[in-house]
Amino acid sequence: MRMDKFMRLLLISTASISILIVALIFLFLGKEAFPFALEPGLGKLFDSRWVPVSFQEERYGIYPLVAGSSLVTLLAMLISIPLSIIGAIYISEVAQSIEREILKPFIEILASIPSVVLGFFGLVVLAPLVKNIFGLSSGLNALTAALLLALMALPTIITISEDALASVPQSFKQASLALGASELQTIFKVTVPAALPGIIAAIMLGIGRVIGETMAVLMVSGNSAIISFYPLDSIRTMTATIAAEMGEVPFGSHHYQALFWIGIVLLFATFVLNILSRLVLKKYGMAQ
Amino acid sequence: MRCLILICLSFLLLGFAGCGPGSSDQEKKAGQAEARYLTIKGSDTMVHLISAWAEEFMKMHPQVELSVTGGGSGTGIAGLINGTTEICASSRMINTKEKELADARHFNPQEFKVALDGIAVIVHPDNKVGALSLAQLQDIFTGKTMNWQKVGGADQSILVFSRESSSGTYVFFQEHVMNRQDYTPRARLLPGTSALVQAVSSDKGAIGYVGLGYVREAAEKVKAIKIKSPQSAEAIAPSEQSVIDGSYPIARPLFLYTNGEPQGTAKDFIDFALSAPGQKIVSEAGYVSMKR
Repeated sequence: MRMDKFMRLLLISTASISILIVALIFLFLGKEAFPFALEPGLGKLFDSRWVPVSFQEERYGIYPLVAGSSLVTLLAMLISIPLSIIGAIYISEVAQSIEREILKPFIEILASIPSVVLGFFGLVVLAPLVKNIFGLSSGLNALTAALLLALMALPTIITISEDALASVPQSFKQASLALGASELQTIFKVTVPAALPGIIAAIMLGIGRVIGETMAVLMVSGNSAIISFYPLDSIRTMTATIAAEMGEVPFGSHHYQALFWIGIVLLFATFVLNILSRLVLKKYGMAQ
Repeated sequence: MRCLILICLSFLLLGFAGCGPGSSDQEKKAGQAEARYLTIKGSDTMVHLISAWAEEFMKMHPQVELSVTGGGSGTGIAGLINGTTEICASSRMINTKEKELADARHFNPQEFKVALDGIAVIVHPDNKVGALSLAQLQDIFTGKTMNWQKVGGADQSILVFSRESSSGTYVFFQEHVMNRQDYTPRARLLPGTSALVQAVSSDKGAIGYVGLGYVREAAEKVKAIKIKSPQSAEAIAPSEQSVIDGSYPIARPLFLYTNGEPQGTAKDFIDFALSAPGQKIVSEAGYVSMKR
């Protein structure tokens, strides 16, 4: 009996470690970022220029960074969602089992490629390609970054959507086929709608992966902090800014605190995304 | 079984403790070998070079322990004056304010010029422009000049590449070439020198800057342009020679400072840095050595 209690204690403490860590991260971010609100004031963040190192005037406007992150995420999703959902449908519903045996491991290998390696591939192969196709002077832009990010989101979305599609009960499909629907009709009118909550969750996870990705975008997006929604412009994302500048910034300076504010904005964005995906799942009655 | 759980839990706790700044070990070591423990603090630009020196030095003197930290030249000089570091690395000369502060505390900073650092401006090999003045460079990097035609090149827009703002080279270039103006927001900031060389070598309208040491390595991929300084009409190509004789305008000396005449390990270290093997490391790290 006492044994049970101890085991219970052990399990509950390991299970709640993640809660503790999340709380500590919030606390830490807040503690490091807070002094910025007093001096020089939060208004400095709502500015259209990010010039953290300057002999004239340091400016910590996060608009260009938020715009940059939004643009690449949007583009990457536009590219990866159709591709990955169609891919998942093929693997789960149409492919022969031997095709599945070949396709699935390769998709998993794609997921396990380190993002720096993908970034390097983007820099050396993808960027010149984009440059030549669009006749640009430089291939380091939002589109190149989005293509790479789409590549990273693909395996996440395919694997989870495929699971969702595979878990649709056979009886649904059999009923549809028995009523005279063709296979294509069954896939798009019965299987996909039944698996939709899972597919949406997959997309949300894909977006999470894309927003948080750092190394690859740092290498191929060009990192100009300008506000632009043109895919062939160079952009600077929030993650890349933190990664590039945090290493050398003087501890406790305004620049340092501003970087923590970017971290808070990023955390807030993923937080909202998480809540949204939960709401969607709930609406379709699939909340865990 | 209870024992096992306790062990598990204590491991967990230990794991957390390990995350903290557990420096007690280092302090102990420092205490044991006081005379043999040396701290070097200062310029971030020089951390790479000093680490390379320290590694070699510790191979030759296995009983000595060196601790090398960055933080910037200002931090290093402040550390020297406050007595928290024995040697300070600085990519600029000590300024009058710091000198006064040191005098007030009866400190006597000794200066040792240990290496030179030159910055080369690079363009695509096909670019017709071979020389630019400092004023032209300022206009290009601040975004005032946006086309190569204005500085004697082909009709092509200029694509500005720069290092990230955390780089010491970024600040040095801003201070000495751009007259302390801000970079154009359209400048593309790249996280490393190799990425920058790669980017410049693949874009015909590109311009960027790298440490002199890297130009030699990338001589086939990019072209280093000559610089005209306001003092001389002649355009000077970046080379070890022109940096040493001072005619190349975008260069700076790198210093080590000690408090008073260096003694013991500090003296050994500075002697090593200035010796032939030490200066060989300077060239290998991408800087210009003091001796040929």
